[in-house]
Amino acid sequence: MSDALVTEGLLKRFGKVEALNGVAFSVRQGELFGIIGADGAGKTTLFRILATLLLPDEGRAEVLGFDTRASYRQIRTRVGYMPGRFSLYQDLSVAENLDFFATVFGTSVEKSYDLIRDIYVQLEPFKNRKAGQLSGGMKQKLALCCALVHRPELLLLDEPTTGVDAVSRDEFWQMLQRFRQLGITILVSTPYMDEASLCDRLAFLQLGKMLALDTPSGITNLFRKPLYAISADEKHRIVSALRSFQHTASAYAFGDSVHYTDLRDVPDEQELIAWLASKGISDVRITRIRPGIEDTFISLIEQEPAREQPHG
Amino acid sequence: MAETIIRTERLTKRFGSFTAVDEISFTVGSGEIFGFLGANGAGKTTAIRMLTGLLSPTEGSASVAGFDVYRESESIKRSIGYMSQRFSLYDDLTPRENVRFFGGIYGLGSSELKEKGERMLEALDLGHAADTRLSALPLGWKQKLAFSVALLHEPKLVFLDEPTGGVDPVTRRRFWDLIYQTASSGVTVFVTTHYMDEAEYCDRVSIMVDGRIAALDTPEKLRERYEVNTMNDVFIRLARPARRSE
Amino acid sequence: MRRFLGFVRKEFFHIIRDRRTAAILFAMPILQLLLFGYAIRNEVTEVRTGILDLSHDVVTQELTDKLLASGTFIPSAILSSEQQIADAFASGRVNVVVVFGPRFAERMLHDQKAELQVVTDGSDPNVSRIVTGYAASVAGDYLRDKGYPSPGIVPLPVMMFNPGLKSVYLFVPGLMALLLMLVSAMMTSISITREKESGTMELLLVSSLRPIQVIVGKVVPYLTLSFINVITVVLMAMFIFGVPCRGSIVLLLLESLLFILTALSLGILISTITSSQQVAMMISLAGLLLPTVLLSGFIFPVTSMPWPLQLISNIIPARWYLVLVRGIMLKGAGLAELWKETLVLIAMTVLFMTVSVRKFSERLQ
Repeated sequence: MSDALVTEGLLKRFGKVEALNGVAFSVRQGELFGIIGADGAGKTTLFRILATLLLPDEGRAEVLGFDTRASYRQIRTRVGYMPGRFSLYQDLSVAENLDFFATVFGTSVEKSYDLIRDIYVQLEPFKNRKAGQLSGGMKQKLALCCALVHRPELLLLDEPTTGVDAVSRDEFWQMLQRFRQLGITILVSTPYMDEASLCDRLAFLQLGKMLALDTPSGITNLFRKPLYAISADEKHRIVSALRSFQHTASAYAFGDSVHYTDLRDVPDEQELIAWLASKGISDVRITRIRPGIEDTFISLIEQEPAREQPHG
Repeated sequence: MAETIIRTERLTKRFGSFTAVDEISFTVGSGEIFGFLGANGAGKTTAIRMLTGLLSPTEGSASVAGFDVYRESESIKRSIGYMSQRFSLYDDLTPRENVRFFGGIYGLGSSELKEKGERMLEALDLGHAADTRLSALPLGWKQKLAFSVALLHEPKLVFLDEPTGGVDPVTRRRFWDLIYQTASSGVTVFVTTHYMDEAEYCDRVSIMVDGRIAALDTPEKLRERYEVNTMNDVFIRLARPARRSE
Repeated sequence: MRRFLGFVRKEFFHIIRDRRTAAILFAMPILQLLLFGYAIRNEVTEVRTGILDLSHDVVTQELTDKLLASGTFIPSAILSSEQQIADAFASGRVNVVVVFGPRFAERMLHDQKAELQVVTDGSDPNVSRIVTGYAASVAGDYLRDKGYPSPGIVPLPVMMFNPGLKSVYLFVPGLMALLLMLVSAMMTSISITREKESGTMELLLVSSLRPIQVIVGKVVPYLTLSFINVITVVLMAMFIFGVPCRGSIVLLLLESLLFILTALSLGILISTITSSQQVAMMISLAGLLLPTVLLSGFIFPVTSMPWPLQLISNIIPARWYLVLVRGIMLKGAGLAELWKETLVLIAMTVLFMTVSVRKFSERLQ
């Protein structure tokens, strides 16, 4: 299968800060590809370069077979772009926004209705409401609708679910799965790790660099150490108690337990329980677990040197 | 439970014919980490505004840190800390200048401010970054600083409105270490979040749906009651049938 | 074309939805004109006048009648001695006291010099000057009518086109320039920078609308609105304030349209070099409005400025527009007399537009 999107050695500086530093990856036709990263990782810069809104300082990007520098017009008509911030006209109603973006792309809502129907029926009750007065989840749906109205071959969705509640996020991802089934290639960025497992492939972006790129299961395979979930009734103190344990490699809170790796190849569970008991933590349960995507991301971040130095 | 720091009874806020918050009643104990969850538009923001003295309720009663939300909103504002993703620090000031400014606002004397501020900046380990503009600092540092600033006047209760939005998983967990530390020193932490794993870190969690509190309990009990494995599933189970979505 | 019309429609929605802006757009011309027309006029009416007649002869009697008959001077006090003058001012009963010296008629006949003093309140020099001049001219008229030789009163400069010193005649053209600058330049620059701030510019850019389409789409609504404003102001000026339009109204409207385009292209130019509404507003206010008010000849005549300012005034579009409007409305001039100013405005518009389209970035900075 051919690639919908290819980048090579993308580098972008803003002043002294390198927002992107040598990003190279490709997205296959029809793929749902996730870019996972925190604020400041370079996600927005990457999306703007791919949407032909920014030129990279070095490297190149090809979108749908067109060069982002030379053939930006061809790209713009074929790509649906949803910027990170809610960027529709807040003083226009839902219907007016949709009509506007349809006409601007030289099409109409009717012509694309089969594509956007599923979202549109959810928006319909609020048709005459101003976009600025919609809830977070509804705004995202409207923005997605506007990005789809000209039947793009590729969707570039920059953090569509940030600040949106878990239910709306869930619905949003179900819609993305449907568009993927219709053959639309989707590149989506998110700060939520739980969404990563829903992608065909994903890449970790941290401080302008790609730390890893693989399928969700391929990513978790990068995590080599045995991982344990440790839980106890004293959930607040268990993290700090584990951190002070001499054999601890890492200890991070994960939901109702703490994910723990040991410096040794095989941890001594009894010693661990004894240590926690000495800290006044009893009723300890230890289970070996399979690492998740977030575990892997955390371990990759930790391997990066000097990660939390303020720049500038 | 220890003494109560927040108590609401049938607290209600209407905007015209629209009931944003519909008779919510709950209590939060001293030193508790209380997770306040809800879908977008469920009424969380309105409820928090009432509890922080920014908005007067329509009906019902509530006391925060011993003060009445109707009559003593000024005293409430003085005795709580508040940090949100939206209202944060000044990006064009340095951390030190921010601390000085907000300390002054909270009514700290100059010698007190100097001492506490310096101790705080030291604890944050900002080093020379204490005198560079905030805009040059990574988001995780800004959030920690904002949290410390909210605690500068030693409030008994601190409201955190989505404090960890947008940071990487390691920084997010470091932030929760700070929350634990703060709570263990007796400060009550009232926190909202969209990260459902963070709901697990709370002592008790309330989930608002359509202006009402649909569930309130410890994360363990909530998971048991709805027979699911994660708080995310609890949340989706409760919030999915929500009727309104503004 | 459909895409373009969709864009224009959206712009009108923005303008109508934003009630405050819409109010400013439509109410401002009317308010400004009323303000300038009534409140800030330079001419003086209803001057409370005290008369101190130390002569009491036929001439002073007739002169007094003449002064009071003009409507400008309202009799407020009859004084009997010079000592009362200060009191009359202090109590606020009078704004001016006209003093006829002793043996007025006699001295005028014999010495050909009689003392007509006009005592005014020096704290309001503007009014003082006008009142003095006006009193002197009434006296001069009277003396001329009676065939007396001129008694050493400085004659007023004759105003050819505004003999009554009607300031509203002078203000209307300046006001039109000011309003068009404000509405056209400031509003367009703000509306474009607003799209940059809200992030919608990102979407417009990727929508493959060409820069020229975006620019023209922004221009058309404001061109229409500004033109409505021009018509309102001209109609009000003519029918409420009785300002004549001695030249061709069609030419006046066409020249106004040209000036609107100049202002619009300036507004777009501003928006291409700024990214926030605030900065756009500051630039519009400091860079366009102040010069339009101060350097265009609106308030201070260009010819009386020091030469560096005169030079600068040449690059201010309003300066040329003012000449055009005054020429057409007050002098009845036509294109034959005004082609030079017209050309200057055309050249400016073309220059600003070209630079704007060139500078309008198809990418983000």
